[in-house]
Amino acid sequence: MGVGIEVRGLNAWYGKNLSLKAIDMTVLANHVTAVIGPSGCGKSTFVRCLNRMHETIPEAHAEGLVKVGEMDVYGTGSDPVEVRRRIGMVFQKPNPFPTMSVYGNVAAGLKLNGFRNRKQMDELVERSLKLAALWDEVKDDLHKKSGASLSGGQQQRLCIARSLAVEPEVLLMDEPASALDPISTSKIEELIFQLKQHYTVVIVTHNMQQAARVAEFTGFFLMGSLIEYDKTEKIFTAPADKRTEDYITGRFG
Amino acid sequence: MWRRVTNQGATIFAVVTAIVVIVPLLAIFAYLVFKGIGSVNIAFLTQTPKPPGETGGGMANAIVGTGLILLVGSAIGLPLGIGAGIYLAEYGRNRFGDVIRFTADVLNGMPSIVIGIVAYSLVVVPQKHFSAFSGGVALGIMMIPTVARATEEMLLMVPNVIREAAYGLGIPKWRTTLSISLRTASAGVITGCMLAFARVAGETAPLLFTAFGNQFWNLKLNQPTAALSLQVFTYAISPYDDWHKQAWAGALILIMLIVGAVAAVRVTTSRGKLKGVG
Repeated sequence: MGVGIEVRGLNAWYGKNLSLKAIDMTVLANHVTAVIGPSGCGKSTFVRCLNRMHETIPEAHAEGLVKVGEMDVYGTGSDPVEVRRRIGMVFQKPNPFPTMSVYGNVAAGLKLNGFRNRKQMDELVERSLKLAALWDEVKDDLHKKSGASLSGGQQQRLCIARSLAVEPEVLLMDEPASALDPISTSKIEELIFQLKQHYTVVIVTHNMQQAARVAEFTGFFLMGSLIEYDKTEKIFTAPADKRTEDYITGRFG
Repeated sequence: MWRRVTNQGATIFAVVTAIVVIVPLLAIFAYLVFKGIGSVNIAFLTQTPKPPGETGGGMANAIVGTGLILLVGSAIGLPLGIGAGIYLAEYGRNRFGDVIRFTADVLNGMPSIVIGIVAYSLVVVPQKHFSAFSGGVALGIMMIPTVARATEEMLLMVPNVIREAAYGLGIPKWRTTLSISLRTASAGVITGCMLAFARVAGETAPLLFTAFGNQFWNLKLNQPTAALSLQVFTYAISPYDDWHKQAWAGALILIMLIVGAVAAVRVTTSRGKLKGVG
């Protein structure tokens, strides 16, 4: 089951550059929340702060309160490796492990964290591939085909399956469909809709139609600040802030 | 019109340079076969050298000795080299890394006889006798910079998004480095290791006062040991016609062993490759 996310006073830096300013946001469990905004507004940085991926970039760091369920992400003694195990992430460009088979890719998170039960692993791999709507396309070549030999859309679904296999509570998606064609994109969107039954999904997108299609809540970022955060319907039909309106009506960005 | 001419010119140039590169290699090999094949026989491959003046005998002890020394060298050079390469690529983006990188490049250009002297004073002098082990140390030291730099280059070619994918799954950094990055780079790392191996396999100078050579069988690591390159050197400068012939045969066998070892590694590592891996 998914869990909710509480963000209070989150600041993030690249070197001395403050790129996220005092973000407050409450993400509901088992809902899809979209993060939109023009390039460079900090939306990717924001989701990368939620699972402490931001700090893997040299000289980048973040401060503030992020609670995922009961877990205090930036609390003292919090281990970024443990955080990332519970918060899955799907990236902009599909990035399967090129030397591993389809099965190996999905099982990688389990295997490399010391999971040894073969039978249970088979079940988890099958379940994850089914959840990611990829099972039927790959089930005959699970061990023979490289993850890199799949098409772009299949690769992205493989990456989603890989994230799901470690059974996270939250799934972060950083523009997961921006490198895909329309058919693959609609498959991913359908998938996101299914996934919220089991997970809390936060999706970054620069495609406003996509946000409108998949998300119940939408946050609009501009220059490192969260300008407006509300039900998606409200954001797109009656935004409270002039800047949000300008953006969604295409006046800038 | 001109574009076609330049295009054809460039193609011809590339083909010609490729031929120029490959011709000396083939010529050397052909000449070795021509001079050496006549002396390669069962006795040559199974017997130890005969005393000066007697004909016959072989280099079996040197063939095994070369294998032994290379085994020790690889056991030292490959893990240290790969380890250093991992450090340089994954952790060494700093001053200390630059120092190591510079040192490795200098070590790479170091005359091999100097490395021999180092191994002599580090191993032979304290132990008070020549040994296969000291020869292995000399060759191992020579392998380190090549392997380290190749490993570093290959790891740097692994896209960062692959590492991010692993971190995103909650895989610790050390695990990511070993099981994801190094595995992704493995083809190139193996090539680097084979280059280092092939380069030191034929080295003579660093073995002169470490492994020293031996006319008899020896399988002990702490005893003077024959090596093909040493044997070829000794025989080639000798006054005996029969030894000259055997020197050619020894050189031929050495080259064939190196080619054989490299090919064997290539075949074993490419087996089990998945569909669609470049």
